[in-house]
Amino acid sequence: MAVNLFYFLVFPGLLFAATVGAFLSWFDRKITARVQFRKGPPLLQPFYDFFKLLLVKETILPKHGSPVIFLLAPVLSVFGATTAGIFILLPLFNITTGFRGDLLVIFYLLTIPSFSYIIGSLASANPLAAVGGSREMKLILSYELTFLLFIAGVIMKCGQEFNLYTIIQTQQEGSPFIGSISGVLLFIVGIFCIQAKLALVPFDMPEAEAEITEGIFIEYSGAAYALIKLAKYIMLFILPAFLIALLMNGFKLEGINILWAVLKVIMVVLILTLIRNTNPRIKIKQAVNFFLIWMNLLAVIALVLIAFGY
Amino acid sequence: MGFKDYCFKKSLWVFHFGGASCNNCDIEILDCLTPRHDLERFGILLVGSIRHADVLLVNGSINTRDKDRLLEIYNQAPKPILVVAIGACGCTGGIFAESITFAGPVDKIIPVNAYIPGCPPKPEAIIAGIVKLVNKS
Repeated sequence: MAVNLFYFLVFPGLLFAATVGAFLSWFDRKITARVQFRKGPPLLQPFYDFFKLLLVKETILPKHGSPVIFLLAPVLSVFGATTAGIFILLPLFNITTGFRGDLLVIFYLLTIPSFSYIIGSLASANPLAAVGGSREMKLILSYELTFLLFIAGVIMKCGQEFNLYTIIQTQQEGSPFIGSISGVLLFIVGIFCIQAKLALVPFDMPEAEAEITEGIFIEYSGAAYALIKLAKYIMLFILPAFLIALLMNGFKLEGINILWAVLKVIMVVLILTLIRNTNPRIKIKQAVNFFLIWMNLLAVIALVLIAFGY
Repeated sequence: MGFKDYCFKKSLWVFHFGGASCNNCDIEILDCLTPRHDLERFGILLVGSIRHADVLLVNGSINTRDKDRLLEIYNQAPKPILVVAIGACGCTGGIFAESITFAGPVDKIIPVNAYIPGCPPKPEAIIAGIVKLVNKS
């Protein structure tokens, strides 16, 4: 019991994932600034933002909304992100072996933050938040099938194994899955799914700043917004970690391999940041087309290639 | 200086309210966020929603129609909020001070924490004003 609480609250769970995610969020902002020839924020900037929102600012409840659901949604999002993080990070750090079928549990838990954002935005009774919520819903509808196909591809590549730990072990004994044609295709599909899951540009229509002024988060202030930030930090760490576990050999935690593990996470976040900085925001219809036609096509091609053994 | 104040000063998020402005001040404010001056190195971000804001930048002359909006925006902001009046029109009314639709400089409507005069103020002046504001509070 105590060990489980420690897993949930401290080491692979809340505290660790949020701290690493906050540093990755700083890295993302710094790279963005360097791409635009700016200097960028200081290293501890995400922590200043988080503690300012949590401790200093007032939380305002919308007058016509449903306050309980409005305040419960950020808590749910942090809970979902942390739980998904534990199921991903425990096998990844070689602490426990997980259980058979935990990939599906992770798949469902990873959608909880997006769903709770939608619930919170609709509970705030703000028309712009409703627009953002409906866009987020369409975005989920478009990328979930692709994400499922991506996971199915990895499962097929591993020989019908539904267990994250087995997938990591298979790659560490053989070669990483990304070192083949189907692996590269799956990596491209996975990167775009993560981009949409994190709602980064080009898929940031739910929270388009210039257009619907932060959309789903428009009514959140103070501690509630701090919790949303926390969920975003956690997601920014666990989604690249999930991709690394599925395709890029996972982590080995001895000697020089620790450096490789850190570099892999940084590289995936760097790719996400560069995509975010070199693309404009697309319309929701274009995003649906992009996922339902092109990314699904790529994923199906990868599945066919895997079936033929490439 | 406590931990809370330190975090607050290190992460000021700005919401920009333009009154009946001639847009020169708006351009100078946007200049502060461009590569040359880059206010993000002090943790200053431009946010889209007043609910996330820590600083309310007001520029332009406030006429009778803007007055209600400005009051509404100020009441909707999560406290503590700092108000900065930018430009001659925001600080005193400038050349519009005697106009019939003019509803008073910003500090007659909401409490103001810092004034940055100039028509328009240079980005350097805006940064200097923000530094003074941070050191004062």
